[in-house]
Amino acid sequence: MTDATTVKAETAPREDAFTTSELLAVMASRLMRNGQIVFAGIGVPLLAATLAQRLFAPQLTILFEGGTIGPFIVPGELPPSTNEQRCTRRSNMVLPITDVLLLLQRGYVDIGFMGGAQIDRFGNLNSSFIGDPEDPKIRLPGTGGGNDISSLTNMIVAMKHEKRRFVADVDFVTSPGWLKGGRSREAAGLTHGGMWRVVTDLAIMGFDEETREMKVLGMHHGVTREQIQANTGFELGFAKEIGITEPPGAAELAVLRELDPDALYTA
Amino acid sequence: MSSDPLVKPYSALRRETLERDRGLREKVMSLEEATTLVHDGDHVAIGGCTVSRTPIAMVWALIRAGRRELVVSRSITSTEGDLFFASGASRHIVTSWFTQGIVWGVSKVMRHHTENKLARFEEWSHMSMGLRYRAGAMGIPFMPSRTMIGSDVGKRVADETRVMQCPFTGEELALLPALNPDVALIHVQRCDAFGNAQLDGLQFMDIDIAMAATRVILTTERVVTNDQIRRTPDRTRIPFFTVDAVVEAPFGCAPHECYGLYEPFFAHLDHYAAISARDPVKGPQAYLDEYYYGPKTWSDYLAKLGMEAVLDASRRGRSVYND
Repeated sequence: MTDATTVKAETAPREDAFTTSELLAVMASRLMRNGQIVFAGIGVPLLAATLAQRLFAPQLTILFEGGTIGPFIVPGELPPSTNEQRCTRRSNMVLPITDVLLLLQRGYVDIGFMGGAQIDRFGNLNSSFIGDPEDPKIRLPGTGGGNDISSLTNMIVAMKHEKRRFVADVDFVTSPGWLKGGRSREAAGLTHGGMWRVVTDLAIMGFDEETREMKVLGMHHGVTREQIQANTGFELGFAKEIGITEPPGAAELAVLRELDPDALYTA
Repeated sequence: MSSDPLVKPYSALRRETLERDRGLREKVMSLEEATTLVHDGDHVAIGGCTVSRTPIAMVWALIRAGRRELVVSRSITSTEGDLFFASGASRHIVTSWFTQGIVWGVSKVMRHHTENKLARFEEWSHMSMGLRYRAGAMGIPFMPSRTMIGSDVGKRVADETRVMQCPFTGEELALLPALNPDVALIHVQRCDAFGNAQLDGLQFMDIDIAMAATRVILTTERVVTNDQIRRTPDRTRIPFFTVDAVVEAPFGCAPHECYGLYEPFFAHLDHYAAISARDPVKGPQAYLDEYYYGPKTWSDYLAKLGMEAVLDASRRGRSVYND
């Protein structure tokens, strides 16, 4: 399988300016494949999946946690959550929340795709507590479907690459990645799925097959290894061959800006 | 035979159901009358999800009636969770996600109450909430699940879950205890006077909640005739005999949305988010004074939201039916 991370940039970076969110959406969209069923969160995940659908994956199906199968989002009417009527536009089916989530457990979903507040070296995500859960500095909104999606399918996470977000161990495992690494995820009873790719404004990362530690697979144009490491709160591995990703193209940016003309999610 | 206190004993569930008047009878009443079906300390399940088909009119009426110590559960909790905490109606919310909506940032009111240990936000995964209601709807004490294991979300509620080795496969599964709420609050687009409810668009967890609960209060955009229901019985999702009260409450989700009729009142939600972010105590208090305690009637409340806002939300809401 070819992968965005192995694509060598053959052209000089474009002059077009793009935002961090646009970069994340473009890079993540290139990880999608035609025919896949993608369980998408709101914001960058939805934009990325729709972008893939528009440009090269017409048979890709989006599922929303609110209970929607296969919507076509109306440009300029991006939903503020996965539960609004805007999520149902031109969809194939609406169904109860529990039943759409059960499609993950049944095994119909190829990719779960969400944003992240805090991630650790084994790809565990925290969206519940910053600090001690018994006496938190910040109480975050919680799992929503994150725990279910990451427990049951292969995951892509898109987030900003910052030291405070990339920590050795998350304060609280809301959505399980590879837990403590090695075979600990499977041993805990989570026999399928797992964190597959982490897309940031600096790089694209995957996880070592054995240790399950995060490692860099590709870097964005103009980014250095030192820069990535300096923005990460633990020691990152680097794949033997590091690809340089091609910067967002005009066609990709045009679709994103058509979908989100008010820059609700791409500012 | 011992029964787990986490789960309502089956004999009690059956007895309470038998005791309900399940005749084909009219049960239309006012918001105020319907509040008498909710008692202090009750477990109240809320239909809809985030800012969609939230039974705001009934939440409004319960807060005005001064209910206390409610245990509130919902798939995802939004503005109404803030207001339950801020009004003192509840100090315990069971849900998978709690904040008005992702575009407004983390709720400062939720943060204030949980970080200062004034109230409890009991976190379960979204599917777990759904499976718990479904177990309740099915009349079984638990549902097995392949999530909530391995994570801290599961560990944090470990006292309330069990792990079982599957007798068929030997796999380890999480067992999630059934939820049988004392009362379910559900808003629908239309129902008849008996409580046969038709809901358009996304169903969320509402049907399971209705089946699981001991009492159901339906608020509805409009009450239609039983004949009208009988013309399209395939669209009826909640049967009358689960329903105890029918309240006609037009725009009963405002400022949240009701599928096909109105979208969220975005400017109003922006305003609420701004004042509650400025001061997580005085902000929601001022909001409650102005919108919850001040208006004399539900119509007064809608008038305060403003005709322009109502029309704008309606215009956007009805657009789902445009090609």
